[in-house]
Amino acid sequence: MVSLDQFRAGFLTECDELLTEMEGLLVELTPESADRDMLNAIFRCAHSIKGGAGAFGLDEIARFTHVLEALLDAMREGQVTPARDVTDVLLAACDVVAQMVRAAKVGKNVPAGLGEEVLVRLVHHAGGVAAPSAMSPDKSVATEPLSQGQQWRISFSPHESLFASGNEPLLILRELAQLGQIQVQADISRILPLEALDVSQCFLSWQITLCTDRPESAIAEAFEFVEGLCDLRIAAAPETSQPSPDSIPTGNAVPDQARSNEQGPFMRRAGDGAASGTIRVDLEKVDKLVNMVGELVITEAMIKAQARDLSPEAFAGLLRGVEELSQHTRELQEAVMSVRMQPVKSIFARIPRVVRDLCAQLGKEITLQMSGESTEVDKTVIEQLGDPITHMIRNSADHGIELPQERVAAGKPAQGTIHLAAYHQGGRIIIEIRDDGRGINRTRVLEKAKQKGLIAADAQLSDEECDNLIFLPGFSTAEVVSNVSGRGVGMDVVRRNIEGLNGTVHLKSEPGGGSTFTVSLPLTLAILDGMIVRVGAEHYIIPITSIIETMRPLPGAVKPVEGACDVLNVRGEFVPVLYLHDIFRIAGAQPDANKALVVLVEAGREKLGIVVDELIGQQQVVIKSLEANTDPVAGISGATILGDGRVSLILEIAHLRQLDAQRRQPETRQAA
Amino acid sequence: MTKTVLAVDDSKTMRDMVTFTLRDAGYQTLEAEDGKAALALLAGNRVDAIITDLNMPNMNGFELIRAVRSDSKHQGVPILMLTTEGDDTKKQEGRTAGATGWIVKPFNPQKLVDVVKKVCP
Repeated sequence: MVSLDQFRAGFLTECDELLTEMEGLLVELTPESADRDMLNAIFRCAHSIKGGAGAFGLDEIARFTHVLEALLDAMREGQVTPARDVTDVLLAACDVVAQMVRAAKVGKNVPAGLGEEVLVRLVHHAGGVAAPSAMSPDKSVATEPLSQGQQWRISFSPHESLFASGNEPLLILRELAQLGQIQVQADISRILPLEALDVSQCFLSWQITLCTDRPESAIAEAFEFVEGLCDLRIAAAPETSQPSPDSIPTGNAVPDQARSNEQGPFMRRAGDGAASGTIRVDLEKVDKLVNMVGELVITEAMIKAQARDLSPEAFAGLLRGVEELSQHTRELQEAVMSVRMQPVKSIFARIPRVVRDLCAQLGKEITLQMSGESTEVDKTVIEQLGDPITHMIRNSADHGIELPQERVAAGKPAQGTIHLAAYHQGGRIIIEIRDDGRGINRTRVLEKAKQKGLIAADAQLSDEECDNLIFLPGFSTAEVVSNVSGRGVGMDVVRRNIEGLNGTVHLKSEPGGGSTFTVSLPLTLAILDGMIVRVGAEHYIIPITSIIETMRPLPGAVKPVEGACDVLNVRGEFVPVLYLHDIFRIAGAQPDANKALVVLVEAGREKLGIVVDELIGQQQVVIKSLEANTDPVAGISGATILGDGRVSLILEIAHLRQLDAQRRQPETRQAA
Repeated sequence: MTKTVLAVDDSKTMRDMVTFTLRDAGYQTLEAEDGKAALALLAGNRVDAIITDLNMPNMNGFELIRAVRSDSKHQGVPILMLTTEGDDTKKQEGRTAGATGWIVKPFNPQKLVDVVKKVCP
């Protein structure tokens, strides 16, 4: 059953979505907020997971969700009130299902005994109404609502002579099944008693509900050869409505009436209904598209570079064409990039649960406000952003927000607020985490940093510089190491993760008034704003985001330091200077920093001067991974192809210093 | 189990194209240059599908289809006829004779495989 396996991965992804949705609803669920719509919505999530799990042979999940469903059903019927302890169990059940789904994704067996304890609590709350053995997943498969694409109702009644043409209805049904999700009901009422049955004639007919994102013509094509040999009706089902029991002529399987009726209103509410006009596409296909467009952009840049020297009079038509080509390429590139864009909602959705758990653990009262959930960013960025955001939220809740009594004593409301916001700004996405807690205790932070030798004992730091000390590796001011924010290994990892995405993170704090983390990220990882620099005959690219300024040092401004790299005096601040030609052993470069240029960059918290011969210009470059073909190269994050066709390497600023130190080591040993 | 397809056409190029494409797609193939030769082959072989041209010397496609349909041994085998675009009379005649489906000439290899898969996966 190739088609089934193909759907399995899709189903597991859907499970994640359903669980996230369910979790979000459960967090909001209180005896006061509970209404029928909400309970139905929660019920339906569990029900969909159960049905799918049964169909794909994921019995553990089906068995567990069946019990979960029983409790939800009892709540829906008003037999159980959604008190705190009940929602706690339900959330724990979500975790168990999520674990089972994860196991299924990697094809592992569920650990024995997983969720048993939660199972017992579920049954307890449901008043013992659910016995796991009472389920029949197969039945729910038949009634499971279909969720993707347009829904079609097909009535297919072959003429009795159909077999004479060599056509086989089974193959047609299989072909339909390839198009999407399908429910088939066979009408066997016309079959004659065995002694009167002519096996060369067809007495069966079928009622088919097909959910597909393919056009009607694709469905008609499956029936191409039986046209005229059958009675066929293909009709689009009304939008968002689910197959209701009365629309399916009763065959052998009897749909579960009560449940099917409930599905209608919820589907509209969730907005992910049949007619949302979206399709699921293999990420590989999208990436291939992105890649091809990347190549196209490079080719376009090449053509443009070649055309620059042509005479405008003699080549007017060609030049106009080139101009149009570059405009269209840009538009195409933007359009293709937008395909990979996803709303940050998928990360934000799990934060309410995190905050809820934190409140319980820390004994604090925190309201979470979120805005900009629909802000879109590249899928890869989304995937790698979840952990840093969760960590910053934890940090705010643990270190930022005070205990209720402290807050009241400080004249603040007992309940703290964390605001999580996302928005676009100047071609980048900004994520802000703002709390109204106590803010950074700068005196303590400074003390700690000096004590740990992270900064010089006499260092004079601005307030902002001081706040950002918490991003240094090995920094922690927590009086007691809690299991919430960990042992101070967190914030430097957050910073590293975000810098790995070509982003930046800053902290701004107001003592007593709260702190704000601001994360700024590129919208995509496929393109980079780069500064092309020349060293000798080589061209390198420095990411624009890390450049602070460029300067030609005054004579005497660069000073050698014994056993370490040269330093440059930038308005009183001494910045280490690295010679790119030394690091990469490039011949023919300008060895004298005073005659060359220094590009001042930010590498983590420190500044660096990079000595280059010349700035060629600023350009958007398409990032090509080197790691697909080579091992990781220190100091190089990727490569690109420039307009003239030459390959240019993109510098990884954060590693240059290290590389320079490594290069220096053997020398110092020789000197010693 | 490997399926066997019989290709019937008086043009060798056409037969070669059909058999080459289908073998590439994992089918076994037999070939015959007209209806008579095809029937002779069918007498000693079991096939899972037949692709036949219509216009052939000795015994044309329609006659072949009718003969296969009246032979109890091969009665239900799917038969695809090769027709030209817009030739609905021939298509209709072929269906009356008992053809399962059709492939419109000219076709590319993928289309051929798709149609064969439809009736004989």
